[in-house]
Amino acid sequence: MPTEIERGEVQELVGHGGRLVEVLPPEEYEDDHVPGAISIPLKDLDSDSVVPLERTSPVVVYCWDTA
Amino acid sequence: MAPRAAWRLESLGFRKVYIYAGGKLDWMAAGLPTEGKNAGRPRAGDIARKDVPTARLGDRLGAVRERVKASGWDSVVVTNDDGIVLGLLRGEELAADGDLSMERAMGSGPSTFRPYVSAREMAEYMTEHELESSPITTSDGRLVGLLLKQDAIAAAKDASA
Repeated sequence: MPTEIERGEVQELVGHGGRLVEVLPPEEYEDDHVPGAISIPLKDLDSDSVVPLERTSPVVVYCWDTA
Repeated sequence: MAPRAAWRLESLGFRKVYIYAGGKLDWMAAGLPTEGKNAGRPRAGDIARKDVPTARLGDRLGAVRERVKASGWDSVVVTNDDGIVLGLLRGEELAADGDLSMERAMGSGPSTFRPYVSAREMAEYMTEHELESSPITTSDGRLVGLLLKQDAIAAAKDASA
């Protein structure tokens, strides 16, 4: 079950090898994204688009907020 | 959107999936750096004056006024011990009875803005609403600095040059 985390935990996870994924449309990613994040828009999320991610490593997803 | 993405990742076999609840808004509101096309553009948090004088609710206005004037300012932000913005005093308010506490003298609940707002947006808003200065705070209300209208206008001009 996915776990909600706060900013400090995000920084800690990323510092220990976690991957950040922005799921907003690509143009919004191109404008601004959290450093180190990769872009996989929600509508493109499938077994092909997740190839850059390791299934055994922590993955943190975000959009603008929790909406 | 993020929760749906997280569940989708789980369905694809990922076992350590987290949702950054605050998202990009929270990150930017904290004044943290970003990457992307807008990353180099001036924002409120970059150009807000970090040396703005601050005072506490119980401070006497007269003593604060002397300190503020000596430092070349005509505004002071009232915060608690954690730096949370509680009020703001500008020119006329600063000239009130020196025996008043800051709590009595200040304007409560000033409009605050987040550090990620662009200089251009701030310049337009402050001009339209005749604001000479605006506190810039993190999303939890912590003071980043005081943005002066003249600084916002200058930064917006530089960015569009």
